[in-house]
Amino acid sequence: MKLLYFAWLKTKTGLSEEDVSPPEGVATVGELLTWLEGRGPEFADALSDREAIRVAVNQSFAKNSDPIGPNDEIALFPPVTGG
Amino acid sequence: MIKVQAEDFNVGVELAALTSGNTAIGGLAVFVGLVRDMAGGSGISAMTLEHYPAMTEKMLAEIETEAKERWPLEASLIIHRYGRLEPGDQIVMVAAASAHREAAFEACQFLMDWLKTKAPFWKLEETDQGAQWVDARSSDDAAAARWVKQDPDAAE
Repeated sequence: MKLLYFAWLKTKTGLSEEDVSPPEGVATVGELLTWLEGRGPEFADALSDREAIRVAVNQSFAKNSDPIGPNDEIALFPPVTGG
Repeated sequence: MIKVQAEDFNVGVELAALTSGNTAIGGLAVFVGLVRDMAGGSGISAMTLEHYPAMTEKMLAEIETEAKERWPLEASLIIHRYGRLEPGDQIVMVAAASAHREAAFEACQFLMDWLKTKAPFWKLEETDQGAQWVDARSSDDAAAARWVKQDPDAAE
């Protein structure tokens, strides 16, 4: 699946996008965040405050319980501040 | 109509194009957002607006569709800029046109309130203390929440 990072999530992870193949058992947004958190100190730091993170699956806002699949585009970003 | 662009826009030209040829329009409401030179006591020399292009287009289109379902609009427009902007620059323009003023005013405010909390843009401010990502404001969530459908006043 393709992951995208925006704003300070991009700064903290050092990535704007990447392709990942999480292990079986990572089937929801919440499970993906938990798996990402275990990938290293940058990710643990970036994902430490879950309340401050929004997730979009295929360009639509998603909840922790929403399912994810190998062909999805999943974006992680802070609450939006446009306008 | 949705426009996401780096370039500046001319409000008069945009409004003229929006209403051109449609004499059913009796009211036109417009909001224009500008870059301020202060934020929380810090001076701002510039800001950079980052966005998620594919989702931005999709969310703005959804917001505009929702406005058209709720109010009898003759025309609507959302323009949002991205990239580096300086104090005084225009960031965003929202316009709603209807036969009467009430729908135009309400739809304009609705478009702006929902855009603030749903369109994936992020502001990076260049301040005296260095570059800082702007935090979301709870007052923006409250402003958007008053248009949630359970409120009978929101459905017109």
